[in-house]
Amino acid sequence: MSLTNDQLQDVANLARISVEDGWTDGLRRDLNAILDQARLLDDPRLDAIEPMAHPLDQTQRLRADTVSETDQRVTMMAAAPAQEGGLFLVPKVIE
Amino acid sequence: MSDYVIPSGWEAVIGLEIHAQLATRSKIFSGASTAFGAEPNAQACAVDLGLPGVLPVLNEGAVRMASLFGLAIDAEISRVSSFDRKNYFYPDLPKGYQTTQLARPIVVGGQVTITTGEGKQAREHTINVTRAHLEEDAGKSLHEDFHGMTGIDLNRAGTPLIEIVSEPDMRSPEQAVAYARKIHAIVQYLGICDGNMQEGSFRVDANVSVRPEGETAFGTRAEIKNVNSFRFLQRAIEFEIERQVDLLETGGEVVQCTRLYDPDRDETRLMRTKEDADDYRYFPCPDLLPVVLDEATIESWRAELPELPDAKAGRYQSEYGLSAYDAGVLTASRATAEYFEAVIARDGADPKLAANWVMGEVAALLNRLELEINECPVPADKLADLLERIGDGTLSNKLGREVFEALAEEGGSVDAIIEARGLKQISDTGAIEAMVDEVIAANPGQVEAYRGGKDKLFGFFVGQVMKAAKGKANPQAVNDVLKRRLDGPDDPGVV
Repeated sequence: MSLTNDQLQDVANLARISVEDGWTDGLRRDLNAILDQARLLDDPRLDAIEPMAHPLDQTQRLRADTVSETDQRVTMMAAAPAQEGGLFLVPKVIE
Repeated sequence: MSDYVIPSGWEAVIGLEIHAQLATRSKIFSGASTAFGAEPNAQACAVDLGLPGVLPVLNEGAVRMASLFGLAIDAEISRVSSFDRKNYFYPDLPKGYQTTQLARPIVVGGQVTITTGEGKQAREHTINVTRAHLEEDAGKSLHEDFHGMTGIDLNRAGTPLIEIVSEPDMRSPEQAVAYARKIHAIVQYLGICDGNMQEGSFRVDANVSVRPEGETAFGTRAEIKNVNSFRFLQRAIEFEIERQVDLLETGGEVVQCTRLYDPDRDETRLMRTKEDADDYRYFPCPDLLPVVLDEATIESWRAELPELPDAKAGRYQSEYGLSAYDAGVLTASRATAEYFEAVIARDGADPKLAANWVMGEVAALLNRLELEINECPVPADKLADLLERIGDGTLSNKLGREVFEALAEEGGSVDAIIEARGLKQISDTGAIEAMVDEVIAANPGQVEAYRGGKDKLFGFFVGQVMKAAKGKANPQAVNDVLKRRLDGPDDPGVV
């Protein structure tokens, strides 16, 4: 199976990437190569192996439930393009 | 409770997804505070903002609380669970994905028992839980007017949630509400969620479909979001069942969609259909390792479990002789059970009397003032004082209600109110005898008629004595003395 132009557009749309006409062929070729690589996992010899959730064979360390962060709003907002009353302002979104 | 009836010939199939904010001090993946009501963005750190290079560290408190929930509903606690990324773009989700658990949730299975109807109509149902998984909450978008822009507050971003997914086991709005209430009670009993629906700590989405009675395949479902009270949950599901049945009965079809409940109009409105549903492109989160729990840890959490609503209701019936209905009402919320238990903690307390007062006067007062029981103007120890005075005969139930009203309005102590208002019940037999004798002397005609067989006149005499006592005579003592004077063998016949 190889990726169709429509599928490419769908993926681009989900990723909020605008794909210009000239890019389509190159992107399809690259994505198909990635899919081919992933297809190696379809090997039936791998069926009996439980998938790993993570490449490191370690388990998650847990943090005690304590508050360790203080108010850093001024620092955090220094780079915000727009703000008002302590809020980040973004282009209007209404679902 | 609504007396809604599903249209004849149809069956509703309902499943709920409940998001409960966990009552941890800090966020699920960062050390920022989760306290409600802080200044906007004052509790959003670099991890919550999704700044480049930061890494999440999982909060043990969130894992413990999710596991407590699983243990409480007799679910399996996954010895290994893991996190995935759910990808979508929205400004209140700064990372561009929500960290959640898709493939291996921490809680699998489990069930709760609900009761619908009361008395002879009471029915028990078992509702199965599919799973409950850990995830992070998003921030808040404020759409007020910021010069045509949207304001983003990320204080809530990263607050731990459990999403509790039920099987489609409910068949009526009433069952769905009973299930949501039971889950609400359990998380509060466990102390893992404050249950505040107005503040969004406990949020319910309902999946609703209908099918002709007898059909086994499921119909196409609609998901209703934005339901922030149990009353709205009932109404939203009722509306949705009617909408779908109307569609199907008029030759239309139900389209799979997400709908918003609008309480002002009491209707559900289309939000999006399946065609433009998001494709979340889940994949395992590379920033988090699998969470492994050992038996000892899980057992130590099991040992923490408090007495849960069903067990408590059972004990109220066996230990205090309360009816199943009363026990259910008193244990429906942790706050109500705590209030009731504080009242009966008093030596010599009568649990049945206390139950009647909590479900009667206290509930009516709270209803009238639109308050929760933990805000009750008559605290449990004051009610215990009051019931003690009813128990020892100082107050009748009727005078007790007057004292209760005074406590609610002015506060103060029970004894001081009794004293100040002269409400002390007259139980002194000598005083009551004197009043009875006066009444008998003043009504010779009625006495003759009564003794001639007009039994019903007894009530007349009670009324007259009570009038003379300005309502304060102990009713039992009045009855006893009157009986003795009117019927007794030692009838003095003195007039």
